[in-house]
Amino acid sequence: MRPLTPIPDFPGFSFMRPFLILLGAVILLALSLPVQAGPVQDILQEHSTILKKSSRKTIQPAIDALANSGLPQAQQVLQVWQAKDMWLRQEDGLFFKGETLPSKAIRLTDFDTGDVVGEADKKALKQLKPNSGIRALIATALVQFQLSDPDPARRAEALTAIERAPDASTLAPLSGSIGGETDATLKARKQRLERLLTISFDKDDDARIAAIESFAGDLGVDVRAALNPILTTTRRVFAGDPPVGLNIARMLKPGADALPEAEAYDLIVAAKLGPPRLTADDLRAAMLANIENGAVGGVPVADLNTDEVRIRAYAALAEAGAVPAAVTDAQATEAVKTHRFADIYEEQSQAVTDAAGAALKAIEAKVALNQGLDLGLDALSLASIYFLAAIGLAITFGVMGVINMAHGEFIMMGAYTGYVVQQVVPNYTVSIIVAIPLAFAVTFAAGVAMERLVIRWLYSRPLETLLATFGISIALQQLAKNIFGTQARPLTSPGWLDGAWVLNDVVSISYIRIAIFVLALIFLLFFLFLMKKTRLGLETRAVTQNPGMAASMGINPDRVNMLTFGLGSGIAGIAGVAIGLYAKVTSELGSDYIVQSFMTVVVGGVGNIWGTLLGATMIGALQKGIEWLNPSNTLAAQTYMIIFIIIFIQFRPRGIIALKGRAAGD
Amino acid sequence: MKNTFLMRNPSILIFLGLLALFTLAVTLMSEATGAGLISTSFVKTLGKTLCLCLIAIAMDLVWGYTGILSLGHFAFFGLGGYMIGMWLMYERTRQIVEGSLANAEIPPTAQEITDAIGTQIFGVVGSSDFPAIWAFADSLAIQLILVVAVPGLLALVFGWLAFRSRVTGVYLSILTQAMTLALALYLFQNDSGLRGNNGLSGLQNLPGAGDIPQSMVSIWFFWASALALALGYLLAAFVVSGKFGSVIRGIRDDEVRVRFLGYSVEGYKLFIFVITAMISGIAGALYYPQAGIINPAEIAPIASIYLAVWVAIGGRGRLYGAVIGAALVSLVSTWFTGGQVPDLPLGFSTIKWVDWWQVVLGLSFVLVTLFAPKGIGGLFDLLEGIRSPKRHGAPLGPDAGSLQEREAQE
Amino acid sequence: MSTLLEVSGVSVSFDGFKAINNLSFQIGEAEMRAIIGPNGAGKTTFMDIVTGKTHPDEGRVLWGEKSLSLLKMSEARIAREGIGRKFQRPTVFEDQSVHDNLLMALKNDRAPWSVLFFRPKFRNLARVEELASEIGLTDELNRKAGELSHGQKQWLEIGMLLAQEPRLLLVDEPAAGMTLAEREHTTDILVEAAKTRAVVVVEHDMEFVRRLNCKVTVLHEGSVLAEGSLDHVTKNQDVIDVYLGR
Repeated sequence: MRPLTPIPDFPGFSFMRPFLILLGAVILLALSLPVQAGPVQDILQEHSTILKKSSRKTIQPAIDALANSGLPQAQQVLQVWQAKDMWLRQEDGLFFKGETLPSKAIRLTDFDTGDVVGEADKKALKQLKPNSGIRALIATALVQFQLSDPDPARRAEALTAIERAPDASTLAPLSGSIGGETDATLKARKQRLERLLTISFDKDDDARIAAIESFAGDLGVDVRAALNPILTTTRRVFAGDPPVGLNIARMLKPGADALPEAEAYDLIVAAKLGPPRLTADDLRAAMLANIENGAVGGVPVADLNTDEVRIRAYAALAEAGAVPAAVTDAQATEAVKTHRFADIYEEQSQAVTDAAGAALKAIEAKVALNQGLDLGLDALSLASIYFLAAIGLAITFGVMGVINMAHGEFIMMGAYTGYVVQQVVPNYTVSIIVAIPLAFAVTFAAGVAMERLVIRWLYSRPLETLLATFGISIALQQLAKNIFGTQARPLTSPGWLDGAWVLNDVVSISYIRIAIFVLALIFLLFFLFLMKKTRLGLETRAVTQNPGMAASMGINPDRVNMLTFGLGSGIAGIAGVAIGLYAKVTSELGSDYIVQSFMTVVVGGVGNIWGTLLGATMIGALQKGIEWLNPSNTLAAQTYMIIFIIIFIQFRPRGIIALKGRAAGD
Repeated sequence: MKNTFLMRNPSILIFLGLLALFTLAVTLMSEATGAGLISTSFVKTLGKTLCLCLIAIAMDLVWGYTGILSLGHFAFFGLGGYMIGMWLMYERTRQIVEGSLANAEIPPTAQEITDAIGTQIFGVVGSSDFPAIWAFADSLAIQLILVVAVPGLLALVFGWLAFRSRVTGVYLSILTQAMTLALALYLFQNDSGLRGNNGLSGLQNLPGAGDIPQSMVSIWFFWASALALALGYLLAAFVVSGKFGSVIRGIRDDEVRVRFLGYSVEGYKLFIFVITAMISGIAGALYYPQAGIINPAEIAPIASIYLAVWVAIGGRGRLYGAVIGAALVSLVSTWFTGGQVPDLPLGFSTIKWVDWWQVVLGLSFVLVTLFAPKGIGGLFDLLEGIRSPKRHGAPLGPDAGSLQEREAQE
Repeated sequence: MSTLLEVSGVSVSFDGFKAINNLSFQIGEAEMRAIIGPNGAGKTTFMDIVTGKTHPDEGRVLWGEKSLSLLKMSEARIAREGIGRKFQRPTVFEDQSVHDNLLMALKNDRAPWSVLFFRPKFRNLARVEELASEIGLTDELNRKAGELSHGQKQWLEIGMLLAQEPRLLLVDEPAAGMTLAEREHTTDILVEAAKTRAVVVVEHDMEFVRRLNCKVTVLHEGSVLAEGSLDHVTKNQDVIDVYLGR
């Protein structure tokens, strides 16, 4: 449609329009003539009363009139109105767009012509202030303009707005805009949204059923969000059989689990089909309200300390007509027997509810399958964290037989190293690349120092190693607190690790967890390589099996122990960086993982890296599994997991992968 | 019989005598019964310390004598505290509720009283119903039985499972640590029925003793703690002195050999585990009314490790060592962390002991393990020059209690 | 002579290695028996099976007149049934006195409750004295076991075995690391013991075995190679091949 010429006095001279507008404006300003009413102003004037009243309940005709006027200015007017920039000139009741000038005066612009009509004092005007309810209505009305906006970004925005708040009124404009859509992606989105809106809001049941069936097996959350409301039911009670025409989900038998008798009677009361039962509170209130001369219904107040006496007093009151008669249990039971109870769909068409039920069932089966997959991924990523935390321990505890209670503090040390590096190196990618070897170096050094200074004197006394390393652990923890404070320090992951790998609406896993998984895998391979293919691995295995023999073969057990311990500690440091990336770095970071790490090693079996892997997998899977069974309570999950492990140890005291043979018994 | 037992271990009498003297001294210096030289809060601290000494004796029995490094005995301590705490809290709340309902226009029914108590106690976790475990909270007698029965039963079940499968050494330590962690995490939940992380509070107020000042109550508890410690010490000394002591030390040193002598090692371990759990329960039941509050953080694994630290520093394998260790470390810790120690200026920075005490404690613990595996108790060997072959279960240095006396007055 | 212990068709393997292979063995009451065999012949494993430390994959181990199966019993129960065992290395409780060591081993009720209230009676103390003189440690009664010499520890351990009053004594290399005089003493103790009970001695040292002067069982690769007097088995060609000839 050709835009209407703003100044009808000079039709045909459109090329001169800018000039003429200016000229016109100047003339208008100079003469301060009343503005001629245009079509927009006409509409506004027509709905002037409700505009002024500005109530969400009555405003709809005004919005509709503007939105459906077909005028090119309609969108702008709605936007101005929404932005609270529409002003009413008190003297003649005309509406303008107003801008507040620095001089506090308001510059008024005509909607139809777009011309500035003059400046006015605030006092001569009234600002229209649509409340949030009205603004939402305006936004809905604006949707149809946005859906056909030339800017694809605006169109996408409009679609998002509809997705967020689906509404019956958006269905028609959406359908209308599909034909003209040029962007393939947006078109697909529009079509999907149209089908979703059809499910919820279309008047034609066949169209809805077709739309429902078109979503068979779709995992989208939006589909379930559209289907679930169709299947919502209300529990109702009927004096006889339910009237024909109701879409009944199921009839209920009172007294069964689904509907206990007390609840059934409550329904009767709620439907006003019977008097309420006397609750303890009602009883008490009735007593309080009817105290006369120190007695209630002839019973002295001092005796009213049991329910039996109170009921007796109430009965006396009821007889005297002071209170309504209470329903007895027998009457309630009888009432429940004579009434019928049913869950009724709010949706009236049975065909639609059947289709929705079937579709949802199919979807839910698929969702369950995918949730299982998601749970598996979650468990796997948790397992890799436990594996990372425990692998260093598996080396020191498993290979060397040394309990290192300070292992958790080495993890913490690694995490803090990462934090310090990030303070120096601002680029997150570079800082992580620097932090990993540095964390290894720091904790390796700490481990070697600890082995040299403390542990090597205690090799024959494992329980005392446990206590000495515990002493180191509390000292290190407090030291970290003194240096870094008690608040959590952030260890930020590089941008490319943000986000998640989304398979569908159910299954997704964050990149950082994938990175940790990969890191765990690298360590597994590294450890295997080190133990099986290198000289140090050979010597370590020799020292583990028979230190005396190894020493006589020219291996220096001191050196091997030192290096092994340093290695275990170093890996803890790297694990610290990895854990710090997804959890906050605090001085208690290590102690949060130490018990799980020990569990991992113990459950897996000492002295075997595959055992550690299996242990981590089992504990990770178990924890996630229990959390899934009882999602609201992660504390309980940990409790049950530990109990399970204690019981598991009963059957495999030496872990999943145990050393067999005579050596194991000694 | 008793006579000969005490005659053969004169050191026990020395310990009991010193404990009695110490109790008398505190009584004479307290605010309620004496000159008022020491404050009520310090009397409470001393009373609590005696309870810690009692659990340290239990720890020494199970670790120092039997060789089971249990990192879970504070779980039993806490359970004992919870059991008595339930009665204290219920009874006191009941009295308050009944007091306030007595002024109502009509007398309350039993149900109304129960509901009101429930709302008072469990309102903080968004509930008003009594969980099943509070079924006996109104009976002091039953709760007192539960103080020993609940820790005992937990120890019995856990110990039976663990010892039966021959879990030993560090494995067992980790398992006990897991047990106490599981219990702590369980209690942290709001629906555990014990008020989640709020724990039980107001335990210092004895029901029915509202008119008696705290200074007097604190002395009562101090006496009770001293009595419990004395009895616990006697019991422990009795257990370790005879052939039973021989067997459990045999288990500590060479479990397999004891088994081939025909002793059922598991039975002995279980016996010790259960009886020490019960002692710990009693210690906890006396400790928490003096502390006033118990919450699940008290039974976190770290507490039990500290217990091992006390016993190690005091000198394990001798009862007075455990007492010295617990008294010394816990009192010195209180002193340092209480902020009473002046800061140490070093020029470039100032050492604030509140911050650095933990570091010192950790490192001194390493040093004790490395250089004095016998702990402070080992000093008595040096003093007496005894490398005596005839060292029965309870060799008591004559100075055991006097050291404690000195610390207490610091 | 009635059979005290009967082991029949017992096999056990560790990680595929057959430590004991279809072994059968019998011993009567008041009998002395020496078991010899090269390293890895299964001597120690055999003892482990009898004392309940190792559970065999198959076979039967029957005990006493009532032919009780030992396989279902715990180590402690087997010990209480009357089987005493001495390990290769002397294992005594080094932190406790010789007296306490012997008192602990003395045959008495082993249940924790009765042990807790046990106080030594005169006859117990007399028995300890008697044992001490038997093993020649009367003067050392109040010393800590850890302070004894190697040989004395071996004797103490044998004394502890005797204190248990077992019906079957399993003795693993009792003479290892002993001087000649000590060996003779050990032999005397064992021979004396064998008068009233069954004694099985595992030993490498042929001289020692000869001095015991008893029936000999030769084990090889987990089963019995030969049985008879020492002279008889030393003439057996198989035995010479696998053991003596080397």
